[in-house]
Formats: sequence, structure tokens, C-alpha cells
Amino acid sequence: MAEIEHHDYDVVIVGAGGAGLRAAVECLEKGVRTALVCKSLLGKAHTVMAEGGVAAALGNVWPQDNWKVHFRDTMRGGKMLNNWRMAQLHAQEAPDRVLELEQWGALFDRTDDGRILQRDFGGHRYARLAHVGDRTGLELIRTMQQRAVSQGIDVFMECKIVRLLKGPDGSVNGAVGFFRETGEFVAFSAKAVVLATGGVGKTWKFTSNSWESTGDGHALALWAGADLIDMECVQFHPTGMVWPPSARGLLVTEGVRGDGGVLKNSEDRRFMFDYITDYFRAETADTIEEADKWYDNKTDYRRPPELLPRDEVARAINKEVKEGRGSPHGGVFLDIASRRPAEYIRRRLPSMYHQFKQLADVDITTDPMEIGPTCHYIMGGVRVDADTARTTVPGLYAAGEVAGGMHGSNRLGGNSLSDLLVFGRRAGLAAAEFALGSTGRPSYDAAQAASVVEHALSYFEHDGGENPYAVHEELQDTVQDLVGIIRTESELVEARERLAELRERAKKVSATGGRAFNPGWHMALDLESMLAVATCTTLGALERKESRGGHTREDYPKPDPEFEKVNMVTRIGGGAGAGAASGAAAGGGEVMVTPEPKPVMPEELSKLFEESE
Amino acid sequence: MAIDTGTKTPVAAASPGTGAAAGEFVMKLWRGDAAGGEFVEYRLPAQEGEVVLDVVHRIQAEQAPDLAVRWNCKAGKCGSCSAEINGRPRLMCMTRMSTLPAGEPVTVSPMRAFPVMRDLVTDVSYNFEVAKLIPGFQPGPPPPDGYRMQQVDIDRGQEFRKCIECFLCQNVCHVIRDHEENKQHFAGPRFMVRLAELEMHPLDTLDRRKYIRERMGVGYCNITKCCTEVCPEDIHITDNAIIPLKERVVDVAFDPVAWLGRKIRRRPSPTPAEEVAKFTGAAAASERASASSSSGSS
Repeated sequence: MAEIEHHDYDVVIVGAGGAGLRAAVECLEKGVRTALVCKSLLGKAHTVMAEGGVAAALGNVWPQDNWKVHFRDTMRGGKMLNNWRMAQLHAQEAPDRVLELEQWGALFDRTDDGRILQRDFGGHRYARLAHVGDRTGLELIRTMQQRAVSQGIDVFMECKIVRLLKGPDGSVNGAVGFFRETGEFVAFSAKAVVLATGGVGKTWKFTSNSWESTGDGHALALWAGADLIDMECVQFHPTGMVWPPSARGLLVTEGVRGDGGVLKNSEDRRFMFDYITDYFRAETADTIEEADKWYDNKTDYRRPPELLPRDEVARAINKEVKEGRGSPHGGVFLDIASRRPAEYIRRRLPSMYHQFKQLADVDITTDPMEIGPTCHYIMGGVRVDADTARTTVPGLYAAGEVAGGMHGSNRLGGNSLSDLLVFGRRAGLAAAEFALGSTGRPSYDAAQAASVVEHALSYFEHDGGENPYAVHEELQDTVQDLVGIIRTESELVEARERLAELRERAKKVSATGGRAFNPGWHMALDLESMLAVATCTTLGALERKESRGGHTREDYPKPDPEFEKVNMVTRIGGGAGAGAASGAAAGGGEVMVTPEPKPVMPEELSKLFEESE
Repeated sequence: MAIDTGTKTPVAAASPGTGAAAGEFVMKLWRGDAAGGEFVEYRLPAQEGEVVLDVVHRIQAEQAPDLAVRWNCKAGKCGSCSAEINGRPRLMCMTRMSTLPAGEPVTVSPMRAFPVMRDLVTDVSYNFEVAKLIPGFQPGPPPPDGYRMQQVDIDRGQEFRKCIECFLCQNVCHVIRDHEENKQHFAGPRFMVRLAELEMHPLDTLDRRKYIRERMGVGYCNITKCCTEVCPEDIHITDNAIIPLKERVVDVAFDPVAWLGRKIRRRPSPTPAEEVAKFTGAAAASERASASSSSGSS
């Protein structure tokens, strides 16, 4: 049996993006012994990709802004499925969290009077996003990384956690993983574990997420017996690049369509005119002639159908691709090149022009882009208590993208960076207090750890098994096609069956070569997480028979007030704590889905929505 | 950011004598570990629109599942996939195949200044160790209505904070690339940028100049600007960070006027206790600072 290095801490934080770092800073502040474990090098987490900014009602640009307005915007954006208490705490505390970063050295862009500048963003009533050019996420990461390092944080880099450890009382008391660089195993004992592992994007074929976003935290929580909620609520961007490979996943701003870009299928047809629904008919141009006049005269002419709401555009693209009129690589064409002079495009869309030229050698002034729905963010996640970020399993906490509830069925831009600051801190605080309040050291069940190691190593013993990359590709194709931006009963049922087969195949994939930095082996283990996520999303999507926010059902195109009242809860078997303690069985036990009532907003907050009607 | 507008060449056009057939990529990837290794050749169908990292991923998925490569965002924002491509230090995700000579093999090897772990992955822990030695940000107490800073006063700091920590500057710096023994004396260009950022931060109150000269080894830099040339974020490392730091530490060492100025301004001159505090990191320094009347705690 492979040796297992063992460490003992008060709090172990899994994930070193914004939420994990913020939790770590808080734990260190409280003086508890803290380990930060991350799958990549410190400072490389997906948070660095966030461009827009961090939403906080500082009121620097619009003094009228306050937490109540931010709260209302957030709930409306989430189509009221949000956990009201999370949305409230988020709106109330975000300003303090931003100002705190400034005390730690962050340099946000400034207003003329020297305060933090805020920019407008979709769904926010006032200019609210504190930002640093287009690299706000990097600024957050660096600021908190440097803060934690100067506090003396213990970091375990390039370390993948395979399973959580549980005590005899059913509480989480540690985690087992391995160092990617060496393949050596490591076990952590802890009084509390904070999951801050981010998103799930790599489960889909087209995604803006980095390789790390394989849903590890969602799966770890699920296997440890915790509840997940609303996993069907996934945010897709209708126009992400699908080709060339170097640009795959890059999001193309709606501005391209606003400035004259049109969507075409493989027959060179401007197909959006075929998808104007009755609801929008009165305000949408129904001829190319009228649509083209709108750009210069917005009062006398109606809007081009390319500017219909996001979900309408997505549904149209989805249909064209599925009926065989898509582009060669599974998308459609977004063409501004043939419609506007090169000079105009460069002037109106400078950063897009440069980004595409540099990354992909795509010249958007001469060639159409190949775009399609792209997975960007998951609103669903681990069910938590709003105030403490505590999951349904004692000793286990979750914050950031891995936690569910904050964003309801749809997230507003800028709210993810503020989410990870507010709830990263709350998770760290609650975990630290929990650790301080418990006496003695957590027990370490070496046999349990050994069984996890045995499971992880089993992939090396599958002689002649499938290549894990091939199974991953098939998983991505399956969920992209069947559990993508537009869903329907028959496809979801098919997905459920195909996922069951893929889960069986994934158990038998083989890892070749040695244990040191072996990406094929890592993929085999990441596949376990992605399959768990895909299963939860599919089951939730089947059960939520309505369209709401990021979850769109072709067969139930409208929101249903009854479904507004419930969270779709996915868990293993019969409820919290019932998950296999050893966890060695990947996804052992059946994942079940149950609608359960969501927390009810108190009167004084629900009044906010009536007042503004 | 500089845009490479190199004309698009047909990918891997037939070129007699080099071994790359039409429509084919020939990649020579360094494979091995600390004990040694060699270039291994992979041939695969050429595809349009790929960067080097895409091709490495295809090799990984189809031919060598255990090929080690470090990467994250694949968009030039995280600085993970640094390597030497045809001998030039670059980010694999930002190097388009179409900009490399068509029909010729492309070599990819790990960064040379750091110990190899496996294949294209190096042990960059030196950088994280140096990061621990940087005395952290230390602001004065915030005024009642919050800090104020003018944009013009933070432009330079923001330039420095664009750094994605790809460590290519560390990799090409002759001081450490060619002299392993210097690593203990010189923090390297990335950390000169970090120190310059702290020194120029309008709210910071700590004086790190003596430390930068004596512990961080700013004097080791001989201004060859190799770091600036490879920076994917176009940070003017030498001109904007290192040279001003050199000037500042010279001031603190030799300039009597600067010395006098320091005496009458609020920045305290470093005490031996402070030096120790700095050397052990900002947490200790912060304790000292909160006991001192001249710089507040936060």
C-alpha cells in the first residue's frame, strides 16, 4: 500500500480561488491552524479570468445606490429562486469586503475625487462594479494571495482532493488527495473543511472555464452525504467561440450584434427572422430591410431579431444546429465582417478585435465567427446555511461558485466576485469558530484514507481499459447536446441513460505511465466529479418542469409559480449523512432528486418588490 | 499589448528535408524528469487555428496521456503554461502555430532556470519562497471617509499589478538562469516589480529600500532588459520597476539630502528590529508598526 503523508489542522480549505483565499485570510485572522489546498499553483485559479468587476453598492458614482437596490436587482436577476438571506447578506456586506481589499493593497480604478470607480453592468440598476480595467479577478486573487502569504498561510499546491474523510458521528473530519507533481498521497485531518472549488464547466464541450473546473467540490460534498440544490441552473452564454481551438470558449459580447452583427446558418440564411415569437412580434423587425434601418434610426424602425433576449437567441441557435444547418464545428456564424467597414469594427470593438487577432488569428473585420452556446457558470451547488456557509453535513462548509442559492436561477455579472468575498469570509469565520469551539484533535481513520488511496490507484490496474480522454470527450458531447442551453424531456431522459453507461465505462478507464504528474490519471479522477455533476444537473433539469433563468425547457417554456417555491435537491440515497463514509465507491449509491421548499422571504423584504412594481 | 501581426503562413506546407509532410505538425517535446530526458517526436495532422498548447493537448489526448504540462486558463491570463518554444521563452497558449516556421519541427522544452519535475513541468517553488520574503503592504489608518487616491498616482502600480506570474522574466534573467547560486541573493525581476509596486503605492508606509538593496539584491541586475522583452503583459520591468528601485536604494545609501528628507518626513528609517521583522515577513512587521506612533495599524 502506498504511503500517506498525514497533516493535522484546525481548518482545511479546498480551493484557492477568491472564495478559498478569502476564507483562508479569515481563518488566519482568527488564529486557527489553516491549510489551503489547491489543484494548481497558487494564484492561477479561474477567478483570474473575471473581467467585469465586483458588484457592491458603494454609492461612489450613484449616491442613491444602497444594499436594498442591489438585493432587489440580484433577486430579480435570479428570477426569485435565490436564497433571500444569502442575497441580503451579500448586498449588505459587499461594500465592506471591497473596501477591505483596498486596505490590503488592491488598486481599483478611481473616480475624479479619488474614490473607487464603479461601472454599469447588465441587470444592475446603478453603476455598481468596482473594477481594475478588465482584470478585476486577477486583482482580487493577487491581493488576497499576498495577504495570506504575509499572514504565513500553509499552502499545499497542485494537490487534488479525491475524497473527504468522515468520523464515526458522520461529520467531515478531513480529506485525502495526492500531489499532482509527484503522485504521492496526502491526508489532512481537520475540525472543519471548507469547499471553495469553483465551477463545473469542463463537463460541457464548450465552456469558458479552465481545466480545473471539474466540479470536484460538488462531487466531494455529494459523496460525503451533503445536499446539492438547483444543479439544473447553469448559465450559458449564447455566443461563445466554438472554433478555432485556440479561441474555443471565448465569449463574444452582445455588442457585436448591437453594432450590426447578424447570425447566419450554413445556408447563409439570416435565420433569426424565423424565430420571432408572438410575444416580441410587435417590437421586432420582420424584414431584413427594416432591421437594417434600425441601426441608424431607432425611433422609426423596430429592432433586428438578432437582438431578441438571450434565451430566444439561444433557442434559435440550438434549433439550427440540431436541424443540421449549423457551422462545421457545431455552432452558427456571427457575421459583422460583411456588414460593416473594417475601420468601424476596429473602432467599436477594439478589445474584441485585438483579442481574437492575437489569440486565434481570427480577423473579425474579414471573417465571420463560429459561435455557439457556451457554459459559463453554475448557480446551483452545495446547499448551505446563509449566515455560516455550513452544509448539511457537520464540519463541512462551502463558499463561492460551489455553493448554491445565492444567485437563484441566474447570476448577474459582477455578483460572483462579491459572492466569493462575502461568503468566503463567512465560511472561514464559521469554520474557524467551529474549530475553536471543539476540543481535542479530530480522529484520523487511516483505514478509511487507505481505501481512498486504493481506489485512486485502481486506475493503474485496469489493463487495456479505455482512454480517459475519450470518455471525457463523450461526456462533454453528451451534456452539450442533451443538457445544454435548451432542454427537453426526451433528451434529458436520453442523457440520464447515457450518463449511466458513461459512469460504468469511466470506472474502467486505465491510467498508463507513472504517478508523477500524470494528466491521464488526473483525468480519470476528475471524470468521477464531472459525471456526478452531470447526473445531478440532468436529474434536476428533468424535475424542474418550467423555464427559469439559466434553466430553459423547450417543453415548458414559461416560469411556473409553483416551481419558484422549491429547490431541486439532489443527494445520494436517503438523505444527509447516508452517503458512503469511506467514499471509495465513486458515486456509489443512487443520486436522488427531490423538490423541497425554499426559505420564505420575510415580509419586510418582500415589500421591496411590491413598492417598485 | 503588442499584436503579433505576422502574416499567416499555410500550416506545415511541405518542406523537403525537414521531415514534415504537408498537412502535418511535427512536434519535438522534451520528455523526462530530474534524472534526464530527451526530445521525443510526435507527428499529428495539422489543424488550423491552433496554439502550441492546443497541439500539446491533442498529443496528450491521442498519443501520450501521461505527457506532463501545466496550464489553466488557456487565454493568457493565468501564466501557467510558460515554456521554451523553439528555444524562446513564451506562453504556450499565446503562441499560434501559424506564427512558427511552416514545415519545420517545433520544439517545446521546459523553462531552463527551474528544475525539471517531469516533461514540460518545472519546479517553480523558488518563486513562491521569495514571495514569502516580501514585506507586505502596510497602509496608514484610513481616514473617516475612506482612502482617497488619484488615478494618476496609481497608474504605475496598476501596470505592475498586471503581472500574471508566468515567471518567464525569472526564467530569462541571466543572474539566476546562468548562476544557480545567485538565487539566494537575488529575488529576480518578478519580485522587483512587486517591490516597486509596494514602494510606489500611495498608501504604503513601510520603507523597504535598505531591505531591497541588502536582502533582495537589486544591485545584481545589470539591466540587460531580457525580462522586459519576454513579459507577456508588456510590463516595462527594467525601465519602470528596477531602475527606479536602483535609484531609490542608492538614495537611501549615499544621498545626504535624501537622508535628511527622510528624517523630517513621516517615514521612519529602518531600525534593526524592523529589519528583522521585515526579514520574517509582514506579520511581524505589522506588530511593530502598530506599536509605533509614526505609522498606524490596520
